[in-house]
Amino acid sequence: MDQTSLHPSSTTRNGLTRVPFHVYQDPALLDHEQRDVFEGPVWNYLCLEADIPNPGDWRTTFVGRMPVVVARTESGTIAAFENRCLHRGSLICFDNAGHARDFTCVYHAWRYGLDGTLKSVAFRKGVNGKGGMPDSFRPEEHVTRKLRIATVSGLVFGTACDRTPDIETYLGPEVLAALRINASRPLTVIGRFTEVLPNNWKLYAENVRDTYHASLLHVFFATFRINRLSQGGGVSVSANGGCHVSTTLAPEQETDTAYDGMRSVDDGLRLADPSLLDAVDEHGDRVRQQIVSVFPSFAMQRTYNVLAIRQFVPRGVDRTDLNWIYLGYADDPPDLRRRRLKQLNLAGPAGFVSMEDGCIGNFVERGAAVAANASSLMEMGGAGTESQDTRATETAIRGFWKLWRSMMGM
Amino acid sequence: MLSRIAALNAEYAAAIDDDRLEEWPGFFREACLYKITSADNLRDGNEAGIVYADSRAMLADRVVALRRANVYERQTYRHIVGTPRLTGSASAETPFLVVRTMRDGRMDLFAAGRYRDRLHDENGLLRFAKRIVICDSSHFDTLVAIPL
Repeated sequence: MDQTSLHPSSTTRNGLTRVPFHVYQDPALLDHEQRDVFEGPVWNYLCLEADIPNPGDWRTTFVGRMPVVVARTESGTIAAFENRCLHRGSLICFDNAGHARDFTCVYHAWRYGLDGTLKSVAFRKGVNGKGGMPDSFRPEEHVTRKLRIATVSGLVFGTACDRTPDIETYLGPEVLAALRINASRPLTVIGRFTEVLPNNWKLYAENVRDTYHASLLHVFFATFRINRLSQGGGVSVSANGGCHVSTTLAPEQETDTAYDGMRSVDDGLRLADPSLLDAVDEHGDRVRQQIVSVFPSFAMQRTYNVLAIRQFVPRGVDRTDLNWIYLGYADDPPDLRRRRLKQLNLAGPAGFVSMEDGCIGNFVERGAAVAANASSLMEMGGAGTESQDTRATETAIRGFWKLWRSMMGM
Repeated sequence: MLSRIAALNAEYAAAIDDDRLEEWPGFFREACLYKITSADNLRDGNEAGIVYADSRAMLADRVVALRRANVYERQTYRHIVGTPRLTGSASAETPFLVVRTMRDGRMDLFAAGRYRDRLHDENGLLRFAKRIVICDSSHFDTLVAIPL
């Protein structure tokens, strides 16, 4: 193994509890991950069905760093294909979304159907009998790279790999059930923002699976004495390790001492306007906070009445675009929608319990600047990736690395 | 009216840039709307913002959270606020730029956009009944702690 491989002692002795810092730092891994993770046997979140309700509607998105077009075809099915013209490689669509009968590359007007099939080539026979493509040129021999599509309750996922298992198997029953509850009514987008993270994408993928940090880094709830680590809940990890659902239930009794000695100042602070957290139990399950992750780059959260998707797109070895998609249900009554708007102060780039996640990955990057051969340590809750009925565990992070390693052969 | 709005904007920007955040809620009516959104979200009819407060008390809670609960690297803003343009008898739009300076000296153009304001005159004291911060970009670097 060369120097960029995992340190032998850490892989053999400590298994999934050690991650060498070079995996966040090595630019060469980016291409390796593109090929073997994002274009490998995974389901990448692409968009919502609600983004492309009608035939001809399209939206651009990413599979890792691969630009992708998702479109609703004439027959009502969903198609997705690499957003790269077969001629000279230009983007076929260069806006976020739109409506079209077909797609025409702006560079030389090569034309594609809604499913990405090449339809025609401008000036194929030349102009005034001169120039043009050779007679041997056959448009049908030039095929856009197409993704296989699966939907889960209005969420559209795509895979570039023939070996990807069906999405139900990939997600596992717990994650599937959580997503189906989240999308149990038609979803509607109420906001889109991008947080530009100055860190490798895997530091964020770990962060969404890190149930241990939630109440320690984000002390908003503790500062205002709103909830406690000893509330009920737990973590379910899918069999492949890559997907998880972590849940915090509303407390049955309000007082306990699980936060004694923590950084949060427990001096009786209260919100001046507690309507921020004036929530309704809209699914009747006492879930106060829930994070669902789908390997490699998707998370969906419920926090009180906040419903949001996070899609993370690697832009370089140390830069990640975190796309926040704020959601409601299409049939929200006005008072419920207003609760969501107010409670969204908890989420996103300025969120009371999320803004720290914007900088913490960069703190790791800077702290480990010359520590390529040292490792981070993850032994909370043992060394495995099994589901646990506590959130004081790193089981879901180890699960991420289990699947990542199997795909990367590391 | 224009000069009074310009003066209000200057005081508002100075309070934030001089780290007198505790004074920031006082620029708003008790029942108010303060929202940070973007031009794209406005165009698409998306109601949500990254900050959304409908009372002065909610703004005060955000300041307490920033001081006591939230973790972020020391940073300051410099607001450069343009000339207000009256859009009604008690409403205005004003362009702004915000330069962010980090603890380590790094400076970035952090935000550009416009304030879309509805003003309220209470016995000669001008306050914001509504301040919608419409950023030109929907992208925010790292995090947004200090208000715009």
